[in-house]
Amino acid sequence: MSAHAPDHSHQGEHGQHEPHIVPMRVYFSVISCLFIFTAITVAVGFLELGPLNTPVALAIAIFKASLVVLFFMHVRYNTPLMWVFAGSGFFWLLILFALTMQDYVSRGWDDQGIPFLIQ
Amino acid sequence: MSKTASHHPALQHYFDDLKQQHGAATMGMWAFLAQEIMFFGGLFAGYTVYRYKYFNAFVEGSNLLPIAWGGLNTVILIASSFTVAMAVRCAQQGLHRSVFNWFMATMVLGLGFLGVKAIEYSHKYHDHLIPGLNFQWDGPMAGPMKIFFSFYFVMTGMHALHMIIGVGLMLWLIPKIRAEKFGPQYYSPIENFGLYWHFVDIVWIFLFPLLYLIGRHL
Repeated sequence: MSAHAPDHSHQGEHGQHEPHIVPMRVYFSVISCLFIFTAITVAVGFLELGPLNTPVALAIAIFKASLVVLFFMHVRYNTPLMWVFAGSGFFWLLILFALTMQDYVSRGWDDQGIPFLIQ
Repeated sequence: MSKTASHHPALQHYFDDLKQQHGAATMGMWAFLAQEIMFFGGLFAGYTVYRYKYFNAFVEGSNLLPIAWGGLNTVILIASSFTVAMAVRCAQQGLHRSVFNWFMATMVLGLGFLGVKAIEYSHKYHDHLIPGLNFQWDGPMAGPMKIFFSFYFVMTGMHALHMIIGVGLMLWLIPKIRAEKFGPQYYSPIENFGLYWHFVDIVWIFLFPLLYLIGRHL
C-alpha cells in the first residue's frame, strides 16, 4: 500500500467514480407525468371502452413503470450491460405470462368447447 | 504502484477502484431486483389466471375497494419515489444534510402509505372480507370472491412487507448518512436503496389498476 505521493500523472482521473447527475427538470417532468397518468388511469377506468379497458390500464402502468426505470432508476444513463441486467427480469416475466396464459387459454378446447376463460 | 482511489475508506480490497466497485454494486442490485420481479411475477401470473376464470367476481370484489385510499397511496408512493431520487442526487453531490432530509421525507411518506393500508385492512376486517380470518360472503360467487380477496391480501401484504423492510433499511442507513459516510465517490448504498424503493413503487403502479380499477364502468 502506498502511503503517500500518489502518481497523478500515471493514474489521473481513471478509476475515480464520477456520478452522472440528472438535471432537476428531468425529475420534475417524470413526477409530473406519473401524477398525470395516475389521474388518467382512474378516469379511464370509469369509461366504457369495451374490451380495451384492461389493455389501456396496463399500457398506462407499463408507461409509468418505464419512466421510473429509465429516469428515477438511472437505467437510461447506464451501460448496455446494465440494460441487459435490468431487462432480464422483465423478459422473464414475458415468458412466464406467455406460456402460462397460452396453457390456460387453450385448456378445454374440444368439439364441445367450453374454454377455461369463459365460465 | 500507487492508486489514488484506493485511499477511500469504502473501497474494498477486492476491487481495483471505486468505479469498478460501484458498477459491481449496481449490477448486483439489479440481479436482486430481477429475482424480485420473478417473485412478484408469480403472484401476478396467478392473479391473471383467476381474474380471467372468475372475471365477474373480480369486478365485484374490486368495486368493494375504495379508490380514494388506493389513489391516495399511489400519489404517496410516487411522491416518495421522487424524494428518494432526490436523496440519491444529493448524495452524488455530497450534500449530506439534504440526503438526510430527503430520507426523512421518504420515511414519512412510506409510513403514511402503511398507515393508509392499515386503515383499509381494518375496514376489510369489519366487513368480514379477510380470507382465513373472518371471510363471510352471503351473495353469489362466494368462492371466487374469496379468491379475489386472497389475491388482494397476499399481493398488497407482500408489497406492504417490502415497504416495512424499506423503512427498516432507511433506519439502518440514516446513522451512516449522519456520519457523512456517503459522497460523490461512494454512494452505492444510497443508490441501491433507491433502486429497491423505486421497484416497490413500480409493483404498486401495477397493483393499483389491477386491484382497484377492474370493471368500474360496468
